[in-house]
Amino acid sequence: MAREHVDMNVPVIEMRNIVKKFGDFVANDGINLTVHKGEIHAILGENGAGKSTLMNQLYGLLKPTSGDILVNGKKIVMNSPKDAIDAGIGMVHQHFMLVQPFTVTENIILGTEPMKGIKVDMETAKKNVIDISTRYGLSIDPDAKIEDISVGMQQRVEILKALYRGADILILDEPTSSLTPQEIVELIQIMHNLTGDGKSIILITHKLKEIKESADFCTIIRQGKYIQTVDVEEVTENDLASMMVGRKVTFQVDKPPKEPGPVVLDVKDLHGLDYRGVEILKGLNLQVHAGEIVGIAGIDGNGQTELVEILTGLRKGTKGEATVNGVSIYNKPPRFGFNHGVSSIPADRQKHGLLLDFSIEDNLILQNFRETPFSKNKILQRPAILSHASQSIENFDVRPRGSEKRSAGTLSGGNQQKVIIAREVQNDKDLLIAVNPTRGLDVGAIEYVHQYIVGQRNKGKAVLLVSFELDEIMSLSDVIDVIFDGKIVSSIPGGEADENELGLMMAGGKKHE
Amino acid sequence: MNKKKSFLDVISENTFIHIILSILLGFLIGALFLLVMGLSVGEAYGRLVSSVTSVKGFSYVIVYSVPYIVAGLSVAFSFKTGVFNIGAEGQFVVGAMAACVVSILLPDLPKPVLIPLCFLVAAAAGALWGSIVAFLKIKWGINEVLSMIMFNWIAFYLSNFIAGIPAIHSEGSAEATKNISANASMLFSKDFIKANGLAPTANWGILVALVIMLVIWFIIEKTTLGYNLKAVGVNKFAAEYGGISVNRSIMTALAISGAMAGLAGSLQLMGMGNRISVFASQEGFGFAGIVVALMGCSNPFGVFVAGIFYGALIYGGSKLNLVGAPTQLINVIVGTVVFFIAISVIFKNLKNIRRRQRANAAASAARKEAESK
Repeated sequence: MAREHVDMNVPVIEMRNIVKKFGDFVANDGINLTVHKGEIHAILGENGAGKSTLMNQLYGLLKPTSGDILVNGKKIVMNSPKDAIDAGIGMVHQHFMLVQPFTVTENIILGTEPMKGIKVDMETAKKNVIDISTRYGLSIDPDAKIEDISVGMQQRVEILKALYRGADILILDEPTSSLTPQEIVELIQIMHNLTGDGKSIILITHKLKEIKESADFCTIIRQGKYIQTVDVEEVTENDLASMMVGRKVTFQVDKPPKEPGPVVLDVKDLHGLDYRGVEILKGLNLQVHAGEIVGIAGIDGNGQTELVEILTGLRKGTKGEATVNGVSIYNKPPRFGFNHGVSSIPADRQKHGLLLDFSIEDNLILQNFRETPFSKNKILQRPAILSHASQSIENFDVRPRGSEKRSAGTLSGGNQQKVIIAREVQNDKDLLIAVNPTRGLDVGAIEYVHQYIVGQRNKGKAVLLVSFELDEIMSLSDVIDVIFDGKIVSSIPGGEADENELGLMMAGGKKHE
Repeated sequence: MNKKKSFLDVISENTFIHIILSILLGFLIGALFLLVMGLSVGEAYGRLVSSVTSVKGFSYVIVYSVPYIVAGLSVAFSFKTGVFNIGAEGQFVVGAMAACVVSILLPDLPKPVLIPLCFLVAAAAGALWGSIVAFLKIKWGINEVLSMIMFNWIAFYLSNFIAGIPAIHSEGSAEATKNISANASMLFSKDFIKANGLAPTANWGILVALVIMLVIWFIIEKTTLGYNLKAVGVNKFAAEYGGISVNRSIMTALAISGAMAGLAGSLQLMGMGNRISVFASQEGFGFAGIVVALMGCSNPFGVFVAGIFYGALIYGGSKLNLVGAPTQLINVIVGTVVFFIAISVIFKNLKNIRRRQRANAAASAARKEAESK
């Protein structure tokens, strides 16, 4: 913990009684926030609680309806991000704002290029970038192109970009949402290096574990209201979760023991290529029984994406077999699998899961629009579609209520996921394939999604769960299959899994005897 | 912040207003050209308005607008379904030629048979032309925009070739086909035209356009087919994931869009063209369809209105030389309108620009105040 770096006498940011209204909707209702020099201050809240709205006001993207913002003790009014940058505030957005074909250096200096005559002085630029990166321990290759480097590296470039512009206060918006566990550890180290140098960091997140590992203080926001600011050392993850959601959160999913039934999904000797045409599945075998959740644990890039794509008909395998209830779904179109018992919660909900420009009611009938009662004689039956949507919204707690006709793109991430789950669970197929079903969701929504997945299992359905969240795999799975280099390398009962041992196997190590 | 929506807010949010603004800007720029040429803006635009508001003038406008409306519906349909039918031009040409050939070869079929038959072969020819492109895209991944542009030229030369075949070619000296059979003509009777003081080419094509508009609206909004095609249009990945065959949808969408462009060709021929000339250059009905679809926001009703507006511009524009203004002025206006619709993001950002200006003013005022202290 970087507590010794926090100078409690020097507040760098004070947001006082911030109110932000959009029409009649109050997004921020009297929020207070004080950040000190050298402090990592987490802002915790559910999706849609108002975290991003608050930070956008601090970064000059939005103006508060009322309330004051003080930077280094001076009240300032920010009209644009430029004002925020001038005041020493930098922001790293969740979705990076980098020019893909440009190099690291070019991206960092963009807009503030050192000039030599009318030419950009690339030599000096590169030197500056190297200086600043070594100073904060953010090693990067200044000549690499953005499109060639990993997401973790791109994030470093974003942080460097802010530092290069003289930021003393960094806002990191969901910085870990797309990072691997190793990259998260590195990011936390970088954050500590920065605070050690007197910088302050505001961390927007809903991941409790990371707050415990990195932050000094945490301000909790719920439904636009300020709840409280706590010293992270004095609270547990459970406390934080309860404060955020406003009720007791159970991390343990209620999962009665259940004897698995007959085999539903049977994958034999599956081979397949990745998007580059390189063999990535190398003879994978897998079985999922009725009433069982099989979790696939593995590091991204070991074939789990391709496995799911083949099972859902989006990719062709090169060899092998896959059957559902004895019917081969191998190398058949998506419709075939759907008709023979496969439903799925896709990894990328905005790309594969939803038609963002379609209304929620239309999204809910994506696979069934040709069937009664949603259509008769090829004519859509609007009343039936609407009442189906109203019921789904109620039963699956999609917020806001009454949003049947609104486009799916207007919902928050968690509620978008609920729409997909409503659709797939109601399809009620024998096999549910769920890929990173809770990515980007807050604990309240995660709890909810988990309940539904376990609910399917309790109803006697087979569930194949692919997730990069090891905690999720461990808490839900009846059987954990570890995937490494295109094969299932070991299969262990869910109850007996140990995080370290799993981690070792995921990295290709043998299960120690 | 509970004040009413400001004028700028309304402008920023309403697509309809973007389009009206774009049109006004088009006329404004046109006026600048007139001024530069030393012509009277009032006289030229006055002529434009007066030439389309008389009974005869308006009947011309309606006659002119039919092919634009239907070609516009063709392109609008393609926009809604996620393909960009820049090949409407070629589909229009093959549709017109197919109808022309049928009416010349089977001149004695009775009107109630020949006219529907001509529509049918025109739609089929257009659909075929669109489907070939879709097939090339699906089978070999050939970019549809490129192949459509190529197919526009293939249609162009094919039409000229067919027009040169002795059985089809005019017996007179004209570089054109024979006239179509009177049984294929959609013109109102001479007496009716005379009695009402209409244009000599007045015909009932506008009713066909109206029906096509309703059919397209119905397909898009009310049917499973429309749902299917739109789903592929907004997100083909999710549509595929949901079990919709993307390839089949592209094929269907382009076939329907092509059929309409082909129909537009037959309507032009049987309404006012009466025969097909050997082209020296592309006639541009299909390309005009793109403009009309844009102006109509790809909404069938909007396209209908936009088609009439476009017809009015083209007809009215042809009268401009009577006041000494070049008819090309209309192209300047249309070009500007399309330009502004294409960059209508500007209007969406007006509000922000205004806000920025206000902020800058406030900031500089504050700075001055600080300096004066």
